[in-house]
Amino acid sequence: MTQQTTSELDPLLTAEHWMSAGRDVAIATVIETWGSAPRPVGSHLIIDEKGNFEGSVSGGCVEGSVIAEAMDVLASGEPRLLEFGVADETAWQVGLSCGGRIKVYVERLG
Amino acid sequence: MDPYCLKKLNAERRARRAALLLTDLGDGRDRVIKEGDPVAGQLGELIGRAFLSGRSGVAEVDGRSFFLNVHLPPPRLVVIGAVHISQALAPMAKLAGYDVEIIDPRTAFATPERFSDVTLFAEWPQDVLKTRPFDAYTAVAVVTHDPKIDDQALEAALKAGCFYIGALGSRKTHGARVERLRALGFDDAGIARIHAPIGLDIGAASPSEIAVAVLAEVIGAFRARSLHTPLTLEKTA
Repeated sequence: MTQQTTSELDPLLTAEHWMSAGRDVAIATVIETWGSAPRPVGSHLIIDEKGNFEGSVSGGCVEGSVIAEAMDVLASGEPRLLEFGVADETAWQVGLSCGGRIKVYVERLG
Repeated sequence: MDPYCLKKLNAERRARRAALLLTDLGDGRDRVIKEGDPVAGQLGELIGRAFLSGRSGVAEVDGRSFFLNVHLPPPRLVVIGAVHISQALAPMAKLAGYDVEIIDPRTAFATPERFSDVTLFAEWPQDVLKTRPFDAYTAVAVVTHDPKIDDQALEAALKAGCFYIGALGSRKTHGARVERLRALGFDDAGIARIHAPIGLDIGAASPSEIAVAVLAEVIGAFRARSLHTPLTLEKTA
């Protein structure tokens, strides 16, 4: 950690710390977006085997589903490609009227 | 993701070097590519473009689907001179998303009272640069009016290939500066990279207005980076 510019909340740095601590880690990445998606392509959410997570792939509306999928990915080791529309009713309830769609790639670290 | 790739990628990011994680979405394999690493063919061209634009995305090449996640260092603005202009420039540049640092060995200028919310070094530029060197993602604005301080930073900025270098002072002042840099061995093409007089010509008069002109010029240089940054890609058909 030599630069202040790299935030402590950086998911990829956190993933490395978790890995060093012996935790199983899944990495979810926004790889495509359509419309006004809340998080840009390249954004990460990392999840450990207990369901702890850091980062985000949306404004909060699809994180729950991604975390559930990540549990399967951690168990199987097989990456998955997920697609979400984030303009549904749930999205409205949590305050997101973005009307976008996102594609999220979920993989196991190691 | 390969743990080795994650470590390598994070090491590059910590060192403020541009890097790209290439993931084959078919088999999940990934590799880290550093800016300037030769990659052949169409994929190489797409990777080169991603480094220039800073935009990540999916690419289809030869029937395979890849995700290119490009990580560019956050742009940084280093201001040499803890002067009145810098007091206005620092908060403006922070708002625009820049990491800001101020360097001025004159302790009367470089006081926490005058720069409460900024990374401030009351030291000579060459001493600070030993541990925090300039790089291609750094903009340098020299505004002390003192050649003893300014020239050190200009020399380092030219050598580091900073994406923006600006120097305060009249055309006459700059003429003398050019002569000094020539004596140090810099050629005209290198010296021409210095924006002087500093800042876009908007008729800025007050320190705050000059800060706006400088920040606009910095942003312009960063966004135009892709138009003149040399691209080193090994082209194999």
